[in-house]
Amino acid sequence: MKTIRNALFALAATAVTAAPLPALADLTLYSGRGETLVAPIIAAFTAETGINVNVRYGGTAELAILLQEEGDRSPADLFWAQDAAALGAVAGMFQALPQETLDRVPAAYRDNEGRWIATSGRGRVLAYSTERVSAEELPAGMADLTDPRFRGRIAVPPTNGSFLAHVAALRVVAGDDAALEWLRGIQANEPVIVRNNTAAIQAIGDGEADFAVTNNYYLVRFKRAADDFPVNQMLFPTEGDIGNLLLVAGMGVLSGSDHSDEAVAFIDFLLSDAAQQFFSGEVAEFPVTGRVIPTRVDDISLEDVVRMAPEVDLNTIGDLEGTLELVREAGLL
Amino acid sequence: MAHAGGISLFPGRHMPAARVIFSALGLAIGALMLLPLFWLVMRAFQADLATVIAMLTRPRTLQMLINTMALVAGVLALSTAMALPLAWLVSRTDLKGRRLVNILAVIPLAVPGYVMAYALIGLSGNFGFLNQTFGFTIPRLQGWSGATLALSLYTFPYIYLNLRAALAGLDQSIEEAARALGATPRAVFLRVTLPHLMPALMAGWLVVGLYTIGDFGAVALMRYEVFSYAIYIQYSAVFDRIYAAWLALILIAIALSVVWWESRLREGAHYTRTGSGTGARPQRRKLSALGQVLGWGFVTLVVLVSIGLPVAVLSFWMLRIDDLPAMLPELVRAFSQSLSAAVPAAVLAALMALPVAVLAVRYPSPLSTLINRLAFVGYAVPALAFALAFVFFSLHGARFLYQTHLLLVTVYALSFLALALGPIRSALYQVRPSVEEAARALGHGPVSTFWRVTLPTIRPGVVAGMVLVFVIAMKELPIAFLLAPTGFRPLSITMFSRTSEGMLIDAAPYAAAIIAFSALFVGFVLRHDRKAGE
Repeated sequence: MKTIRNALFALAATAVTAAPLPALADLTLYSGRGETLVAPIIAAFTAETGINVNVRYGGTAELAILLQEEGDRSPADLFWAQDAAALGAVAGMFQALPQETLDRVPAAYRDNEGRWIATSGRGRVLAYSTERVSAEELPAGMADLTDPRFRGRIAVPPTNGSFLAHVAALRVVAGDDAALEWLRGIQANEPVIVRNNTAAIQAIGDGEADFAVTNNYYLVRFKRAADDFPVNQMLFPTEGDIGNLLLVAGMGVLSGSDHSDEAVAFIDFLLSDAAQQFFSGEVAEFPVTGRVIPTRVDDISLEDVVRMAPEVDLNTIGDLEGTLELVREAGLL
Repeated sequence: MAHAGGISLFPGRHMPAARVIFSALGLAIGALMLLPLFWLVMRAFQADLATVIAMLTRPRTLQMLINTMALVAGVLALSTAMALPLAWLVSRTDLKGRRLVNILAVIPLAVPGYVMAYALIGLSGNFGFLNQTFGFTIPRLQGWSGATLALSLYTFPYIYLNLRAALAGLDQSIEEAARALGATPRAVFLRVTLPHLMPALMAGWLVVGLYTIGDFGAVALMRYEVFSYAIYIQYSAVFDRIYAAWLALILIAIALSVVWWESRLREGAHYTRTGSGTGARPQRRKLSALGQVLGWGFVTLVVLVSIGLPVAVLSFWMLRIDDLPAMLPELVRAFSQSLSAAVPAAVLAALMALPVAVLAVRYPSPLSTLINRLAFVGYAVPALAFALAFVFFSLHGARFLYQTHLLLVTVYALSFLALALGPIRSALYQVRPSVEEAARALGHGPVSTFWRVTLPTIRPGVVAGMVLVFVIAMKELPIAFLLAPTGFRPLSITMFSRTSEGMLIDAAPYAAAIIAFSALFVGFVLRHDRKAGE
């Protein structure tokens, strides 16, 4: 017992002295983007400015609704979202960003009223198995995925922010009824339900599913780990197809923030050439400032994505609740 | 002499002041348990009736109910199938190396369900253990079978420990009487031995059943839709809080009905010896050479799957880490954050358990019984539902607590209070009131008596309770998941989120740290077990 007690005291001492207390941080960031993708860039910001960033990681939709629940008493200074739909949902809680920050990106990559700004772009693509999918089987557009020949073969992450933003864009383009019909068709095809984009690609690699609509940069990580990873990705061949949606990750500063200057400094840092190069090179997303040449590791270039993408105003896809309701009604949630 | 004052205070039981203070403390702890649940109910009833009915009658809700039942049934069946033969081999046969088997049967407690699920997932897939080592793949383990396997492999030692104690303590003369009356060995086992094992079996089933109902890590990784997984999805991914509140209430109802059934079934049963004299010690059955081989064959199979598999898969992933030193700072950070919650939680749980235990042992009354029942609420209510209640409570009722370290520590202490209570109460029962009375007679006040006489005597019990809470809190997942302050990412959360992102290599060091640490817990159980044996 004595040794156990001594060990307990030693552990208690360690806990008291070694545990970094979150309260010491300067900025509080709610990040809907995964830790592994963004932690290096946050560390670089802290190294450069000395401003600590205290991060709460979570799902983008989760954090958006958490912000609504917390209201003006939220401890967050910044919200970094996977997609414009979630940003639109909480845009009313953001403060207007300085014009010089907004001017760093083209108008398509920011809120009409200057409350949020894109930090990187990404294309929605179709990932498919190179082992079990033949060329003639590939669908021409996203609507085709409800075809019975895809039964049991599609991986879907119904809680993922980008997926929800995609559904929101579908609602804008095709209307709620058509969106619901598409969701029902997907549900009728008995999809493999997964948690996020990574898990969707993993599922294809492991033979659980043959197709998934994901963001363009996830597969790159798998390919870096193993060249022969049996998954490929492509844009839907139909020009302007809703499946080729161009989305952004973006950020806003909460009105209740006591650290607006530092928060804006963080956004400026993310729009710096170095950070944009990081998103483009390391994360394999697309730069939004137009000052960085995208380094591609896959075959899909920003020009291709822009040419093939449907025209959807990102300011119009902010009805997260309504989107969730449709996904639920279709039985996917 | 201070004799005159001593008389009214004299026998320990007639100390109104202490009793009032302890009762007040106990009631405050009970209120702390129940108040958040009240907020959960409030939140659930914020929706209008039509919405509630629509939510509860969704086919999905019914499916989850069926899934939850199926999972509990599967886990109980599989873990009993592993535990019963092991317990019988160790306590009723002359199997060679029984002491070793006894240790091997308890070690799986070191691998929590979500770590076991991680190991099972790591088996399959292109980059998985089997494909990379032996060149073939199996379908990813998931759903009912995956979750049943992961949870059974972790929980069967609880049933084993209960059964072994019962088998060792069974009165041999009953079985002999049955044999003398002409029953075959098979009939004796089915109609005499097994019924007598039922209380122990049900005690084990209660622990395992509650754990299964409350588990969230293993079912989430195995993508099996039971209530706790659905709460997690509704809360964390789409944030439908009212639906989450209703799911939590259903989950609590299931857990309470399990507790109720267990106590009902136990009340009706009478298996104690009523005659005079002592029962006969059970004799060990002599195993033939073939019996020894078969016995060890079974032991080997269970050990290979429950210990060999996670160790092999984990080693495989660990070996694939390119740069372990680069991961160390993160690991140390996660470890110290786990410590920073688990250590205060252990201390707080022991502090809360003390007045409750003193009430139960020194001042038995309907009130103290009520307080002791309330102390078990945190343990019986599934962790995710309990944590969700505190989310609502802190967001709307106690804003200053929201997202604080203090709240996390308090909820840990409340949730694991029952674990600390057991050893402390047992220790108190062993302190004879006459010793305390003697101290009082010698002029020590109540505080001094408690500090200088009672506390030193029950210290081993207090330490045991603290260690139990500490180790369980170190690997706790669901409560941390909902209540972690911003920036707080202990071992369990880091490991879980890495695994669910499909980054099995990155998760490996955290899994290894959790297993290494949980091994402490197992050492502790074995130590206690041996003491109890002596």
